[in-house]
Amino acid sequence: MEKFNILKGIVAPLDARNVDTDQIIPKQFMKRIQKTGYGDVLFYDWRYISDDKTPNPKFEMNASRYKGATILLTRDNFGCGSSREHAPWALKDYGFCCILAVSYADIFYNNCFNNGILPVTLTHEIIDQLFKEVRATENYMLEVNLENQTITKPNNEIIKFDIHSFLKERLLNGWDQIGLTLRYAEMIDKFEKNHPLKL
Amino acid sequence: MPKNIYEKIWSAHLVCEPNDQDPILYIDRHYVHEVTSPQAFEGLRLSGRKVRRPDLTFATIDHNIPTVNRDKPISDPLSVLQIETLKKNCEEFGIQYFDMNDPKNGIVHVIGPELGLTQPGMTIVCGDSHTSTHGALGALAFGIGTSEVEHVLATQTLLQRKSKTMEIRIEDKPTPGITAKDIILYIIGKIGTGGGTGYVVEYTGDAVKNLSVEGRMTLCNMTIEAGARAGLISPDEKTVKYLLGRPYIPKNIQEEELIQLWLSWASEPGCLYDRTITINAEEVEPQVTWGTSPEMVAPITGKVPVLNEISDTTRRNAVKKALDYMGLNEGMPIESIEVDKIFIGSCTNGRLEDLREAAMVVKGYKVNNRIKQALVVPGSMLVKKQAEQEGLHKIFIESGFEWREPGCSMCLAMNDDRLNPGERCASTSNRNFEGRQGKGGRTHLVSPAMAAACAITGHFTDIRKWKFNK
Ligand code: SF4
Repeated sequence: MEKFNILKGIVAPLDARNVDTDQIIPKQFMKRIQKTGYGDVLFYDWRYISDDKTPNPKFEMNASRYKGATILLTRDNFGCGSSREHAPWALKDYGFCCILAVSYADIFYNNCFNNGILPVTLTHEIIDQLFKEVRATENYMLEVNLENQTITKPNNEIIKFDIHSFLKERLLNGWDQIGLTLRYAEMIDKFEKNHPLKL
Repeated sequence: MPKNIYEKIWSAHLVCEPNDQDPILYIDRHYVHEVTSPQAFEGLRLSGRKVRRPDLTFATIDHNIPTVNRDKPISDPLSVLQIETLKKNCEEFGIQYFDMNDPKNGIVHVIGPELGLTQPGMTIVCGDSHTSTHGALGALAFGIGTSEVEHVLATQTLLQRKSKTMEIRIEDKPTPGITAKDIILYIIGKIGTGGGTGYVVEYTGDAVKNLSVEGRMTLCNMTIEAGARAGLISPDEKTVKYLLGRPYIPKNIQEEELIQLWLSWASEPGCLYDRTITINAEEVEPQVTWGTSPEMVAPITGKVPVLNEISDTTRRNAVKKALDYMGLNEGMPIESIEVDKIFIGSCTNGRLEDLREAAMVVKGYKVNNRIKQALVVPGSMLVKKQAEQEGLHKIFIESGFEWREPGCSMCLAMNDDRLNPGERCASTSNRNFEGRQGKGGRTHLVSPAMAAACAITGHFTDIRKWKFNK
């Protein structure tokens, strides 16, 4: 997996609460058996007005000023609903490597770390403020530094954020989880032998 | 210190707690379906890894399969590819696979319990959020992403951080006509779709004790809709009675000993939780969702919200957006909402008791003229067979319903069963998200009895006033 350290990029706003993974990527695109190629159908039902992919002018993120965005700004409980990992695959494929939100659904949050996406949790007040600034300034960029756990605004103001140390290490090093766990294969063998359920 | 069920299962499955990564938790059952697994098997192949315990891994196809014309080839080539891919992967890695017409086939969360694969004290995962269903039997069960599916296939373990625990205590008796579905929708309405985030929920209290095991599954199934990692219920005599005699119950252990083992996982009296919420079941009325999130719910006697009565701007905007999508007017009575289609099925409400409840309502009545389609889709081949033995299919068909083959069907509309843009559906499934049942489709979540009554009258109707035909 790719490593994540410092990301400087354009921020795109998605002003909604409880954005579910059915909205991030509708089910008709989950019939593929690959992990890539979903960027084009990210937020499909909101982003396009018809199946020939005519952009919906009312969908804020479609504005040209947000082209090439790598940071997604949104609100509470992002990624709720279905466990589909197609959601982070689509976000990543579109170009998003970092999400800023008030909160995330559990499964989605975990899925992000398996795909090199950093989900940052910030307070309501900070998120509100960021929405204002993003809309007020074209080409609004933030610099996210995972090592230092900071976000630097264009005016050099710094926002600190918290993240679990293991999750941070995993992203910083781009570790393959399975490889990490297999270091403990002997312990798994031992556990199986003494398993209370005798499976 | 007395322990709760989550703490017991957690500590019994902890392989180790390395100091440089999350704790490693052993997984007893891994259920696999066609949509969230292909990339995981591909990952195994690319890295030359095997499935560590194919004997603990069970696969079914449910999301993509048609519910009609099973004798004809499936028309959608992408669905065929996904189904064929799972079949091939199971052969290659030696995994038990329940094909479409296998008598053991069905929705993954319906067949796990009914085959006795799901047992108290187990850790169970599946690349599907409604894995929480299995918690009804006292198992710690939750949904995972595809990378984690690959991790479990390769190692039979998962990296997990310990969750906080929440007790949802449901006191007293629900009034007649109120089902587990109404109770869980009511709870989600109270605590919100993010209310359970970071928690594993245990349901306790008299109302839970009195619920059937199938009703408990409905409760645990929708726990994920409140954002919780899992929902559990401590095993009791009902759990034991439900499980004994099912095909996959261990045979290498005496029945008495097995029962003792199962019951030993129950929470101990006086155990603690990080948070406790108490609900009074007597207060619960039949519930109907009016919006695009399960928390947007009202009692049948209630009304669609009025925007200027909502002070919080973000919430008001969310409600406005939902009402626009749903094509509803502010303040309209829930009972006045008319629907176009009916869907009875899914892993939430596609079990035998659900079908019985719905059949009792429609018996001797005809589906209303305004209803374009009324579907009953059993949750599994076994549910279908049992329902037919009881003659339920005849009641449905006589009344004007279509009696289909099992599968996920219109719960997520990956096959041909779906809503057209603008169509409104009374559905017994679990998600009323935009487009969930078909692009532009409008979903109202209700209990099976409420969906059935709606099919007859054409609009939402209070089941407590229903005249049942004998
Ligand atoms: S019935 Fe619906 S919720 Fe349940 S597994 Fe199938 S698609 Fe998911």
